Amino acid sequence: MAGLAFLVLPLAGLLIRAPWSALPQRMTEPAVLTALRLSLVTATLATVVSLLLGVPLAWILARTDVPARRLVRALVTVPLVLPPVVGGVALLLVFGRNGLLGAALDDAFRITLPFTTTGVVVAEAFVAMPFLVISVEGALRAADARYEEAAATLGASRWTAFRRVTLPMVAPGVAAGAVLCWARALGEFGATITFAGNFPGRTQTMPLAVYLALEQDLDAAIVLSLVLLAVSVAVLVALREKWIGGVL
Amino acid sequence: MRTKILAILVATMLAAGCGKATDQGSADKAGPTKISGTVTVLAAASLTESFTAIGKSFEAAHPGTKVTFSFAGSPQLAQQITSGAPADVFASASPATMKTVTDAGDVTGTPVTFVKNQLVIAVPKGNPQGLTSLAAIAKPGVKVALCATQVPCGAAAQKALTAAGVRLTPVTEEQDVKSALAKVKLGEVDAALVYRTDARAAASDVDGVEFPESAKAINEYPIAALKGAPNPAGAAAFLAYVQSPPAQQVLADAGFQKP
Repeated sequence: MAGLAFLVLPLAGLLIRAPWSALPQRMTEPAVLTALRLSLVTATLATVVSLLLGVPLAWILARTDVPARRLVRALVTVPLVLPPVVGGVALLLVFGRNGLLGAALDDAFRITLPFTTTGVVVAEAFVAMPFLVISVEGALRAADARYEEAAATLGASRWTAFRRVTLPMVAPGVAAGAVLCWARALGEFGATITFAGNFPGRTQTMPLAVYLALEQDLDAAIVLSLVLLAVSVAVLVALREKWIGGVL
Repeated sequence: MRTKILAILVATMLAAGCGKATDQGSADKAGPTKISGTVTVLAAASLTESFTAIGKSFEAAHPGTKVTFSFAGSPQLAQQITSGAPADVFASASPATMKTVTDAGDVTGTPVTFVKNQLVIAVPKGNPQGLTSLAAIAKPGVKVALCATQVPCGAAAQKALTAAGVRLTPVTEEQDVKSALAKVKLGEVDAALVYRTDARAAASDVDGVEFPESAKAINEYPIAALKGAPNPAGAAAFLAYVQSPPAQQVLADAGFQKP
C-alpha cells in the first residue's frame, strides 16, 4: 500500500494543481497539439522499428545456441542502464555530422539524422527497444518449443512455423513488450534533446515541451503533463484487456 | 493498523517535502565577521569558468569556506529557487529572470548588476564556411543553434536579429548557452549565437565572430543574496567579493564588460 501511495501521490499532485478552468482552451493551443502529434507519431514509429529489429533479436536469444548469446544479451540491456543523455551523446558520436557513420551517410546519401524527426525516432528506438527484446525473449522462453518442432515434422519451414505457430503463442508477450516500448519512447527526453535537438514541430516532443515550459509558465507545463498522462493512461487501459490478457 | 502506517508514511513525506533544508552549510557564529561554511551559488551557465575561478580565490581569501556552484540556464535556476531550493546566492544572465525571483519574494536586499555580456557568432575553429554576419548565417543551408527564447541568451539573440532585420530559422533551440556551444564544438551545427565569454572559454574549439547588432542586445547580469539562505553571512561576503577588483578582473579577462 505504501508503494502504491508513493507512485500515486505525485500524479495526484499534478491533478490537484492543474488549472482546470483554463484547461480546455490551453489544451487546444497549437503548440500543445503540435508537440502531442509529434510525440505520438515518433513513439509509434520507434515501436515499429523496435518490433522489426527486436523480435528477430529476441528469437535469436531465446531459441538458438549462438555462443556469443550471453554477450549479446548484456549488450541489449546496456541502453536500459545507460543514462539517456549519454545515449544521446553516443548517438551523436556515431550518427552525427562528424560521426563514425554519420559522416559517410552525409557524404554518400545526403542523409543527416540530428535535428530531424527521423533522429527523434532513432533516439527513442535506441532507449526503448531493450524493453521489447527482453519482454519477447521472456515470452519465447516460456512458450513450449515442442510446438515448433511438431510443426517442423509436419513439413513447415522455419519461417512458416515462426509465423503460424510461435508468433500467435507469444502474441500477448509481444504486445506487452510493444506497449512498454511505446510508453518508454513517448517519455524519452535526454537522448532526444541531445541527439535530435529541440525545434517546435520537428523535434520538440511533449517531454521537451514540458521541460521548456516549466521555466517560464508552470501552468503550461502542468497542462502538457496532464495531456501526456491522459494519453498514456488511455492507451494502457485500452490495450490492457483486449490483447495483452493478463500479462500487463 | 495498515491504514495507520500508511497515514504516518504519507504525513512524513508531505512534511519532508514542505520544509526547507536548514542543515546545509551553517555559518559559524563564532564572531560577527568570520565567514565560514558552505556558500551555495546558483549561477547562469555563461558564468561557469569565471565563477569557478572566483570561487577558488574566495575560498583562499576566506579559509574555512567552501563555495559550491550549480550552473544552468537562468530560468531553470529561478524556477528551482521559487520552488524552495536551498541556496545562498543567485547570479542571473538577465534582469527579467531575476525579476521572477524578486517577485516571488525570495531575494534579500536589492539585486546588483555586476557585469554585462554581449553575443558573438560561434563557428568551428578556423571559420571554414567564412560566416561573418547575421545575414550570412541566416542563409538557407546553414545550420544554426540558438538558445530558446525563454533563456536570456535566446532573448538577446532575438533582439539582435530583429535589430538586424534578419529572419533566422535555427535547427534547434537549446535550453542553455553551453548546450548551444556544445553543438558547434561537436560540429553538428555551422554556427550558434552565444556570449563572447563562452566563445573565449572554448577558444581551442571555436572562433567567436563579432557582429555590430550585438550592441543592441547587451545582457546585464544581476546578482542577489537569497532569502532563507542557509549561510547569509557567506552570501553577503560572496556578493561583495564578486564586485571587488580581483573578481572584476577575472570577469573582465573572461570577456565580460563592466556593469
